[in-house]
Amino acid sequence: MLIDCPLSRRSFLAGTGALFAWSFMPAFASAAQGRDPRFLTIILRGGLDGLSAVPAVGDPDYGRLRRDLAMPTDGPNAVLPLDGFFALNARMTHLHRLYRNGQALILHAAATPYRERSHFDGQDVLETGLDRPGGRDGWLNRALAALPRGERLPKPRGLAIGATVPLILQGSESITSWSPQVFPPASEETVRRLLALYEARDPVLARALAEGVDIGRTAARQGLAGLGRAATPEGFFADQAMAAARLMSLEDGPRVAAMSFDGWDTHADQGPQEGRLARLLAGLDAAIGALEQGLAPVWPQTVVAIVTEFGRTARGNGTDGTDHGTATVAFLIGGAVAGGRVVADWPGLAEARLYQNRDLAPTMDLRAALKGVLADHLGLSARTLSERVFPGSAGAAPIGGLLRV
Amino acid sequence: MSKAREAGLAHQRFGVGARPGDVQAAASDPRGYLEAQLDRAAEAVVTAPLPAGDEAVRRFMAMRRDAVAAQEADARARRERLALVAQGPLPGMEGKLDPVAPGPEDRARRVILVPEIQASFHHAFATPAGFLERLALFWTNHFAVSIRKGGIAPAHVGAFLREAIRPHVAGRFVDMLVAVETHPAMLFYLDNQRSMGPNSRAGRNRGRSLNENLAREILELHTLGVDGGYTQADVTALAQVITGWSIVPAQEAEGGRFAFRANMHEPGPKTLLGRSYPQDGQEQGLAVLADLARHPSTARHVARKLVTHFIADEAPAALVADLTQAFRHSDGDLKAVYRTLIASREAWECPLTKLRTPMEMLIAVCRATGFKPEAGPVQNWMNVMGQPVWAPPSPKGFPDAAATWMAPDAIRARLDWAMTFGQRLGGRLDAVSLGEDVFGALLTDETKTALRRAESRQQALALLIMSPEFQRR
Repeated sequence: MLIDCPLSRRSFLAGTGALFAWSFMPAFASAAQGRDPRFLTIILRGGLDGLSAVPAVGDPDYGRLRRDLAMPTDGPNAVLPLDGFFALNARMTHLHRLYRNGQALILHAAATPYRERSHFDGQDVLETGLDRPGGRDGWLNRALAALPRGERLPKPRGLAIGATVPLILQGSESITSWSPQVFPPASEETVRRLLALYEARDPVLARALAEGVDIGRTAARQGLAGLGRAATPEGFFADQAMAAARLMSLEDGPRVAAMSFDGWDTHADQGPQEGRLARLLAGLDAAIGALEQGLAPVWPQTVVAIVTEFGRTARGNGTDGTDHGTATVAFLIGGAVAGGRVVADWPGLAEARLYQNRDLAPTMDLRAALKGVLADHLGLSARTLSERVFPGSAGAAPIGGLLRV
Repeated sequence: MSKAREAGLAHQRFGVGARPGDVQAAASDPRGYLEAQLDRAAEAVVTAPLPAGDEAVRRFMAMRRDAVAAQEADARARRERLALVAQGPLPGMEGKLDPVAPGPEDRARRVILVPEIQASFHHAFATPAGFLERLALFWTNHFAVSIRKGGIAPAHVGAFLREAIRPHVAGRFVDMLVAVETHPAMLFYLDNQRSMGPNSRAGRNRGRSLNENLAREILELHTLGVDGGYTQADVTALAQVITGWSIVPAQEAEGGRFAFRANMHEPGPKTLLGRSYPQDGQEQGLAVLADLARHPSTARHVARKLVTHFIADEAPAALVADLTQAFRHSDGDLKAVYRTLIASREAWECPLTKLRTPMEMLIAVCRATGFKPEAGPVQNWMNVMGQPVWAPPSPKGFPDAAATWMAPDAIRARLDWAMTFGQRLGGRLDAVSLGEDVFGALLTDETKTALRRAESRQQALALLIMSPEFQRR
C-alpha cells in the first residue's frame, strides 16, 4: 500500500540554486509608472473595536447603544473631531494630525468576506485574501509575485517584522524577516560553514539563513540593534514600526512589509478611555508616529494599511467588554494617501440596522479597498488582483481614488 | 526502514530529543520503546514540591498587595520629607517620587512563577519519557493559557499544567477536557469567571450578562474545531450553560479555587447542537462537555491536529482518518490514538519536514548536552526566539507549521544563540561523538564532515545544534 507523505515545497524542498546571485535591484519602478512605492500592512490581531477607535458620535443611536462604552465628547478623554459625524479616540493624536494634513484616510463599516466569529479563521481570511478559510499563502506574497522582477534576481522584496512569518507573507515569493537582536552574531566563518551544510542537505534552511544574515547586517548598519527592548508591549509597537520604517526606506531595502500587533481581543474591562484599549490605541498611535519619522525620506511614496480580522459587538457584554463582531474600521496612512476623509457607507446603529441584531453591519468589502490601493500604488491590473491576489473577488471592484496618483 | 533509523526517529519525530544513551536504549524495539511510555503515564507529571493552584493564587496576590502597600507607604514618606524641605515638590519632581521602584509583582513572580518554570523545564531536560513530554507540550498548546493575561494568571498557569494537563496526557480526552475547563486558570484566561446569565439572580440584580469568550474557544479550539458544525446559537447556549463557573476571590479562605455560583448561572434547560440539556447547575455543563468530548467532529479535530504536529504540515488524510477512528472506537482513549500513530507507516517513512519550535530546540539541546539552565535565562532566550514561556499570542497557542517558524531572521537568531551556547559548553564536548550518540543512524555524512572539520569545539557544537538533523523533526 502506498502512503501519502506530503512534500510541501515551502516547508522542505525549495528550488535550489542562485542563492547568492543577489544584486541590488529590489525596486519595481516599472510596475508603477516610475514611482518606487513602499507598502506596509499592520495586522491588529484579536479584533479591534471600531466603535471605540472611530466612534460615530453623530449617529443618534450611538450613545444609547454603547452605554458605558460610549466615548465622551468633552472632558480629558474627549474624542478628537474628524468630520463632525465620526470622531477619533483621544489617544490617537499622531493619526489625528495626519488626518488633518490629508495623509490619513479612515475606512469604516468595513469587513472581509468572513462572516463567522473565529479569530483564527478571521485572520486566515484577512491574510489569505480568499473568501473563506483554508488558504495556504498570503495575498501580500502573491501581490509581490505578480510584480515584475528587477533585471537580475533581486534581494527579497518582502519583509516580515517579528520572530515568525505571518500567513499574509507566506508563499512562493522569498521573504526576509527582522526582529530585535540580542545574542552576539555568530562569526562569518561559522555562517559560511553552516550555509554549506544547508545547501547540501536542506535548501529551505539555506535560503532562510542566508537572508537572515543579510538583513541582520543591514539592520546593524542602520543602528537598529538596540530597538525592540521597550518595557511595555505598546512601546514595543513603536520600536517594531521604527525598524520596519528604517529598513523599508533603504535604497536596496524591502518595498513591501507586514507586521502584527497583538492584544485587541477586549472581552473584559475594555477601557476605551483610559484602560486597556486606550493603551493599545496609544501604542498604535506611537507606532504611526514612528513610521512617519522613519519613512520620512520615502513618505510621499508610502502607504500603510492598518487592518484587523473583524470588529466587536455593537453593545457591551456582561463584563465591560465586547465579544466578537463583524464590521469595523481600517486605516490608510502615508504621503501617498488621499486622506483627510472617512470613507464609509454608514449602515447606522439602530437595532434593526445591526448585523444579526448584534454587530456593526458590513457595507464595504475590505478587499475592494485593498485592491484599490494595490492597483494605484503598485500598478497591479484589476484582472491580476481579481484572479491572482484576491481570487474570487471579481464582485468587489477596486475602490479608486484612495491615493494621490 | 532499519531499526537503527527507527531508534533515532523515536526521539526525533516523537520525542523531545535524545539524551546520550537514549537512542541506544530504543534500538532493539523502537515502537515498543514508545508504547511502553504510554503505560508509565505518571512520568508526565512534574513532581517538584510546588503549591496547588489555589494556594499559589492566594500567596501571589497577598505578596502583591503587600508590595503595593509598602510602595504607597514609601511614596508617602518621601512626599512628607520633601514637603518639609521645600514646602511642596521640587520643580521637575512632580509625579517622579519613586522612579526606580520594582514592580509590585516582582517578588510574587520570583516566589511563585519562577520555580514553576524551572521545575517544568528541568523535568523536560531530564525525563526518560520523551514521548510523554512531547505530548504534554502538545496538549499545553492545545489548551493554551497565558501568564500575560495579568491578574492572577502568573500565579496559576504552572499549576494548571501540572493539575489539568499533565495527569491526563495518556488518559481519556474527556477527563482532560473537564479538568481544563473547570480549572481557574482557563476560566480566568478566557474571562468566564464574571460571565452571568441574563436571567440569573446576580445577572438581573446587576443588569449583567454573558461573556462568550470561553464558550466559543471550547467549541472552536478545544473540541469540535472551527469547521465542526456549530453555530452562533450554539456558542451562546454554551456560554449560558457555563455561567457560574467561576473562581473564589483571592483574599478569601479558599481563594483561587473553582467555584460554581448558582446565583450567576442562567436557569433552565438549554439546547446545544440539537440536544436538550435539562440538568440543573454545574451538572449541565459537565453533561455538555461529556457529549462534546465524544463528538465525531472532536475526534477528527484532535486527530488532524496530532497528525499535523507529528507528521507534516499537510496532514496525510488517510492517517487522519485512522486516528479519528481510533478516537471514536475507544471513546476518546488517547492511548489508543497514539498507538495508531505509532503503528502507522507515515510516522516511520515520511521525511522529517517539520521544524522544531524554539522551545523544542532548547529542550533538545539541554537533553543532549546535560546542561540545566535556570528559569531566568530560559525565559530570556525564549523571548528572543519568539516563543515566550507560557505566553502564547492567542488562545490558539503558538503556531505549529514549519513555514511559520522558518523566518530568516529567526533562523539566524537560532544560530547566534547556538554559537553563544557553543562557546559556553563546547569546550568540554566532542560534537561528533555526541551527534552519533543522539542521532544514531539519522546523522548524515555531510553533517559529520562539517563537525569534524569545524575550526573549534565551540563551533562544532553550534553546527551540531543548527544541523538539519537537529532542527528538523
